[in-house]
Amino acid sequence: MSYFLQQLINGLSLGSVYALMSVGYSLVYSIMNFSNFAHGGVIMIGAYIGYFCLTLLKVPFFIAFILSALGSGILAVTMEKIVYRPLRKRNAPFLYFIISAMGASIFLENIVIASPIGPTFRSYPTVFSTAPIMLGNIALGRIDLLMFIISAISLAGLMFIIEKTKIGLSIRATSYSIKGSTLMGVNVDKVIFIIFMLGGLLAGLAGMLFGMKYVVYPQIGNITTKSFIAAVFGGLGSLPGAIIGSILLGLIETMTSGYLSSQYRDLIAFALLIGVLIFKPSGLMGKTTEDKA
Amino acid sequence: MSWGYLSGILILTGINLMTVLGLSLLTGFTGLFSFGHAGFMAIGAYTAAMITLKLKILPESMFQVQFYLALLAGGLVAMIFSLIIGKLTLNLKGDYFCIATLGFGEAIRLILDNVQLFGGARGLSSIPTQGTTTLTNVVIINVIAIIVLVFIIKSRHGRNMVAIREEELAAQTIGIDVFKYKLISFAISAFFAGIAGGLMAHYFGYIQPIMFKMVKSTELTIIVIFGGLGSVSGSVIGTILLTFLPELLRSFANWRLVLYGAAVIIIMITRPQGLMGGKEFSIKKIIRAFAKRPKEEVKS
Repeated sequence: MSYFLQQLINGLSLGSVYALMSVGYSLVYSIMNFSNFAHGGVIMIGAYIGYFCLTLLKVPFFIAFILSALGSGILAVTMEKIVYRPLRKRNAPFLYFIISAMGASIFLENIVIASPIGPTFRSYPTVFSTAPIMLGNIALGRIDLLMFIISAISLAGLMFIIEKTKIGLSIRATSYSIKGSTLMGVNVDKVIFIIFMLGGLLAGLAGMLFGMKYVVYPQIGNITTKSFIAAVFGGLGSLPGAIIGSILLGLIETMTSGYLSSQYRDLIAFALLIGVLIFKPSGLMGKTTEDKA
Repeated sequence: MSWGYLSGILILTGINLMTVLGLSLLTGFTGLFSFGHAGFMAIGAYTAAMITLKLKILPESMFQVQFYLALLAGGLVAMIFSLIIGKLTLNLKGDYFCIATLGFGEAIRLILDNVQLFGGARGLSSIPTQGTTTLTNVVIINVIAIIVLVFIIKSRHGRNMVAIREEELAAQTIGIDVFKYKLISFAISAFFAGIAGGLMAHYFGYIQPIMFKMVKSTELTIIVIFGGLGSVSGSVIGTILLTFLPELLRSFANWRLVLYGAAVIIIMITRPQGLMGGKEFSIKKIIRAFAKRPKEEVKS
């Protein structure tokens, strides 16, 4: 029983970080109808900003978090401006967005490898003691706990912005219909700026959390494949769906590696993706997949 | 630049071209996008390699024949997989089909990673390279592929596919079986990818699941778009350019991929129709263009 609870807690903390990333996918998808594969690059840059803030600048821990979130946010917004805006103005089909996103992700990954930072694996300095907090028989890793708390707070903040503020209202309106909301006086450019900013901020946090839990390296962005699966699982374009999908995926993954073998972890994740696409492509709570003729 | 090096690059170009031709039919002429063709290459590569490595039915003297049969088998197995996958996912719309192929591509790689019969993550090695994927063989296979592709495109079936690309709903209303043609296009492209995989296995002499990552699929789709959607000659030129350029830039080592990424973005923004932009390369047109020029000057 305690083994099960242990896996449950690990799964929750992994899933919550997936959620930080997958909401970035879902936000962009809900408005622009394409999957932003460059999100992984943003997460990777966030992880590096956090790393260098802690090692070179030696700033306090929470300031490093804020700086890496801000850095990633600014990067995501800049990328939108350079890469996606020209396509958007031309009403390019979704494929051009995906290809550009792939190009951006190749660019970001390799510019880090080519720069003096290089392809080496770097591990974060230890901020916390690695000794776990014991609750009876269950060991709570301090970093796992931190992952869960930070994710929960920032996701709650995101949901608050989306559901309760005027900006959130315009985001929700735009996700229903870009044309309609433009007619109602919503500034779509501003809405897209905000969703990329929000996605980027969360990506920075996620990057730093992953860097702390594992190590930092240029390909760390590949981890977003998982959060992307989670976003599809929950239903692309739906925020609550992305969060629930991520938590479930985190649980499924830790349970698989806990009870079967860690080798099957990725396989199960992709099998899940395919199963969802075949039987319920709209995911747990996604928008309908029908094209408007 | 020695001949051995040059012919190596030419063989690699030919292998890429093989898959790109199939993808050109799928993406350029039918309007479907796949991020899973590396998976079909993997299927083709593993099938062909298993046949030349493990099946010794034909005498040693007929090894060439066995190699050709292995390539064909690789293509066919990839095709069978594509028919199953296509049947399940081709009724998904745009983005979701793309994601589905991505999922299948990765799943195939992960399965190969875990099955010990296929060597797991270490893959298969000591695949015979002597007299198999030679430059002559690669050129012959590519020429056949181009001819077949042009015939398909020029036929009624090819025109139906273009109709689906242009306007799916309209194509359906005039009685084109959209699902069937999408499936045919997907299967043919998988067949081409399977053969390319077999060639690749017998060129390198070893295969590992990691060679067939999603990046490979993306790279292939990028080539198709770079060459120009709906243009076979564009695909050929695009493949040659994009396989040679990284080789020429090899001395820049790490920076070449940075340039590559930037180039992809710039092409998407500035020339989304690609190099050829749906037109075909023909000598007649060039002569006509040159012949016209003096006339235009007179006019102005």
